[in-house]
Amino acid sequence: MTGSDATLQKVSAPDTVKILIAGGFGVGKTTMVGSVSEIVPLRTEEPLTTAGLGIDDLNGIEEKKATTVALDFGRITVSQDLVLYLFGTPGQQRFWFMWNDLAVGALGAVVLVDVRRPESSFAAIDFFERRKIPFVIGVNGFYGEHPYEPEEIRESLALPEDAQVLLCDARERGSCRDVLIALIDQLIATTARGSHPSPP
Amino acid sequence: MPPRGAVPSARRTAASEVSGGDTAGRLVRPFTLTGGRTQPERGDFTLITMVTAAPPPPGGGARLQPEHTRILRLCREPVVVAELATRLDLPVSVVSILLCDLLAAERIVVQPPRAVSRTLDLELLQKVRQGLDRL
Ligand SMILES: Nc1nc2c(ncn2[C@@H]2O[C@H](COP(=O)(O)OP(=O)(O)OP(=O)(O)O)[C@@H](O)[C@H]2O)c(=O)[nH]1
Ligand SMILES: [Mg+2]
Repeated sequence: MTGSDATLQKVSAPDTVKILIAGGFGVGKTTMVGSVSEIVPLRTEEPLTTAGLGIDDLNGIEEKKATTVALDFGRITVSQDLVLYLFGTPGQQRFWFMWNDLAVGALGAVVLVDVRRPESSFAAIDFFERRKIPFVIGVNGFYGEHPYEPEEIRESLALPEDAQVLLCDARERGSCRDVLIALIDQLIATTARGSHPSPP
Repeated sequence: MPPRGAVPSARRTAASEVSGGDTAGRLVRPFTLTGGRTQPERGDFTLITMVTAAPPPPGGGARLQPEHTRILRLCREPVVVAELATRLDLPVSVVSILLCDLLAAERIVVQPPRAVSRTLDLELLQKVRQGLDRL
């Protein structure tokens, strides 16, 4: 994606990185982005036609009528020269073809799960597992309730033992921050292991 | 809570339906701004690519369309493509095409996002970690 053109020279703009906030429809992705972002979540609308959608996903979309998919994102200025963007992925399955684009270059992802209907986030988990994109699970306890232990949820989601499952509240900044920190710590641990391989 | 494997069709098909994943399928009205073009000519613009207006060429340069001028005004300070699109109230796909024009005319300078690979750079991650700690 990065050309080697002469016009692509380095300027004194901050570096940028991104993390995806994923999960099924209505699990609290936009809420989480808003909780940690230093700006009100911004939104862009992309026009779509049925041409970009899977054949099975045409239900509910009027033929030929242009529809749009909304993408919302927030920003955390990490330092003068580094800015972290958080992108809430479109939840509805028919918009999933956008995820590939979004996933390119992401540090990792938070997959939000609503324990009342965890199946709505299965596809998101599969997506990141398959692409080997690092992720943590954030269990969004609607109304602050967490009826299940992380261990039960990990088992139920058929996740490996080292997968991080965190109980959170998408409306609380501190809680969302902790989920993001867990993801970064996981990346740090993996990276440190990679560069200092343990002796045989 | 039902186990993940219990809903096989939902979890097995969704990810595989994620097809080519580019701008296929996007279209219509906003693209009148781009003279009907629906694809950028080059792939320089990701959502978090930083764009900054370049100093105007001697003599002011070629005449620009109003939307191009608007973009130049908005990127006097570095700004990422996604934010530009929001401020312009235009789709990212349309903004990317307009940015291609500006890049070709050498009116903007572009900085790609930090390259991210599976072997991430510790210093970068620690910086992010410290930033989150301050939240
Ligand atoms: N009570 C409660 N409500 C929540 C919580 N998180 C989100 N909500 C509400 O649930 C609804 C859906 O939340 P969103 O953040 O829009 O969910 P989303 O995942 O972005 O939804 P889509 O983008 O449509 O897939 C909104 O009305 C939120 O206010 C929570 O932790 N507790
Ligand atoms: Mg949303």
